Amino acid sequence: MYIYDEIDQKLVDERVSQFRDQTRRYLAGKLSEDEFRALRLRNGLYVQRYAPMLRIAIPYGLLSTRQLRKLAHIARRYDRGYGHFSTRQNLQLNWPKLPQVPDILAELATVEMHAIQTSGNSFRNITTDHFASVAQDEIVDSFVWCEIIRQWSTFHPEFSYLPRKFKFAVNGAKSDRAAVAVHDIGLHAVLNAGGEVGFRVLVGGGLGRTPVIGFVIREFLPWQHLLSYCEAILRVYNRYGRRDNIHKARIKILVKERGPERFREEVEAEWAHLKDGPLTLISEEIARIESRFTRPEYLQLPATDARLDTALASDRAFASWHRRNVHPHKRPGYAAVTLSLKQTGVPPGDVTAEQMDKIADLADRYSFGELRVSHEQNLIFADVQVADLFGLWKEVKALGFATPNVGLLTNIICCPGGDFCSLANAKSIPVAEAIQQRFDDLDYLHDIGEIDVNISGCMNACGHHHVGHIGILGVDKNGEEWYQIEVGGNQGEIRPGVAASLGKVIGPSFARAQIPDVIEKLIECYLSRRDSDAERFIDVVRRIGVEPFKESVYGNADQRAAHRRGQLAPA
Amino acid sequence: MATLIKEQRIVADSWRLLSRGPKGELPEVPPSGDVVVPLALWLARREALLAYPGKLGVWLDANEGPEAIAADLQHFALVAVNFPKFGDGRGYSTARLLRERYGFKGELRAIGDVLHDHLFFMEQCGFDAFALREDQDAQEALSVFDTFSDSYQTSVLRPVPLFRRRLSAGKS
Repeated sequence: MYIYDEIDQKLVDERVSQFRDQTRRYLAGKLSEDEFRALRLRNGLYVQRYAPMLRIAIPYGLLSTRQLRKLAHIARRYDRGYGHFSTRQNLQLNWPKLPQVPDILAELATVEMHAIQTSGNSFRNITTDHFASVAQDEIVDSFVWCEIIRQWSTFHPEFSYLPRKFKFAVNGAKSDRAAVAVHDIGLHAVLNAGGEVGFRVLVGGGLGRTPVIGFVIREFLPWQHLLSYCEAILRVYNRYGRRDNIHKARIKILVKERGPERFREEVEAEWAHLKDGPLTLISEEIARIESRFTRPEYLQLPATDARLDTALASDRAFASWHRRNVHPHKRPGYAAVTLSLKQTGVPPGDVTAEQMDKIADLADRYSFGELRVSHEQNLIFADVQVADLFGLWKEVKALGFATPNVGLLTNIICCPGGDFCSLANAKSIPVAEAIQQRFDDLDYLHDIGEIDVNISGCMNACGHHHVGHIGILGVDKNGEEWYQIEVGGNQGEIRPGVAASLGKVIGPSFARAQIPDVIEKLIECYLSRRDSDAERFIDVVRRIGVEPFKESVYGNADQRAAHRRGQLAPA
Repeated sequence: MATLIKEQRIVADSWRLLSRGPKGELPEVPPSGDVVVPLALWLARREALLAYPGKLGVWLDANEGPEAIAADLQHFALVAVNFPKFGDGRGYSTARLLRERYGFKGELRAIGDVLHDHLFFMEQCGFDAFALREDQDAQEALSVFDTFSDSYQTSVLRPVPLFRRRLSAGKS
């Protein structure tokens, strides 16, 4: 956990006073709807379908149990007793009352939290690998770099009114678990031949209605230049990004219109003025930030534990949970554990206040009082002793968070959709639930193996459907909810050699009730085509292309043509 | 008349802002007085304006970069930057460039949709004068300049970023 110093705390407190004053002036009629909108969005406050929605920042997904208990308290006192963990590693409350929001922010500030810039045309929460600082393939601790960028991007005076929102992702390990290719700026830590730390810098990636894989603007940016280089990128974007059309205002459109090479030249020309200036990072600052993170006091432990081995051999349910939800750790004798928020029948990412309190108790007892929110909308205990895994599993199971489905088909990423969100074209939660019900046989799920199924209720793509191996998008057709299916997306190079990619729409959309059947056909197609069970769904799509999957759903080209002529029922 | 805040005080405004006509035609320059001319007029009548008897200023619209006047800054006592809508943030970059890169020392004035809640960041970026939109309560807006007691970034008001200042404070 990064611990605020006096200045960090003061800025957050001052933000609360500022917003309290803005809310007062709005309620007194001194601020127009439009003017207040821009200000409240900068504090995470939307006006949604039924009530305001407050998005609370969880910087890079890292949370202490003290903070989680505060969130539980806020959910109980100011809301309806639950919250929703989002794909941006934040927490959303769906029913706060506008006049009480300044009080909520004041409560958050007491535990070094806020809702700063969780919406609006500004820098958003910086996301990272949920295994940061414990991953075996770590290059740098990305939390440290996220915090450096968090400070630089908080209340940046020049970039507070960007053309559109701006999202950073930072990955500090060899595997990309932060989806750096689909962010406005993606930073992937790398070492050069001399062993020095730098970043591969990607720009202009993103999802939404124009999904794009980011382009590499720099293969190796030495860490000292991180902020000055980002400042150069942002200045070019702030000055030249389109402001005439909200749908063309993201940096990806500027990069596309300029062309990556010309965009790079402009950034380099701007950077020539800023390079080696006061923004140049210094090792003392990196050390200072590092030292403000609390670190677990690890014990010297053997890598294996006899009791664990016994439990794995004797308890099949525990063994299957261990296989999917327990992850390797850089320290011997420790493991990271995923608490799945994807139990069938519960909207993905939703947690009640009581559950938050219980999770906090568990994290205190098992994982040094800290946890992480993953962009897959699960919670992570990063530092569990392997000897404690069996005990933890029993307690997590009792809470309903032990669904052994991490990486499997039912671990669906899903936005709140039409049940809550005023932007949505269609509901998404019932679709996730219907798929989870269809695929409720655990042995079958394990046989299918690793696959990402992502659902968005509209083209804003909060459910990341473009990078699901199977993506589902809610669309509106004459006031009815329909669903488009994409195949072949991939969020990032989690496995070396399988780069990030965007899914392709396989054909005309379906009614909601048809979706489980369609998914089943796609899965059957995969199972019949795979070489072995080591070949994952996405690997097969890469090898044989989308056409066979299309055929499995719509029939072959002749049948599809006949269908279009109205001569044949859908396959 | 918009109220003018300059150097955190409400002051009288001696400047007359000239704008293009409805069809884009260039404005006539009055015989005397302090005038702020649109960039297009400066570019079209540079020689005549250099002989102007009063003080001369120029204003840039949001899409007009500081590069256009960077070599001429010694002729202007005032540069104004227009904010067509408060959410249009291009003027913040323009201001920093004028101050930091081109060394402009005169009055840097925000004009247009200039609102209470945006003055703090504008000042950080180098504006020292604010022609508030007419409906704004200028007295109330004066309190906005100490909204935040510090900032992490480099800016015109704080050229040294907080991480360097923290370090020297720790050493002293």
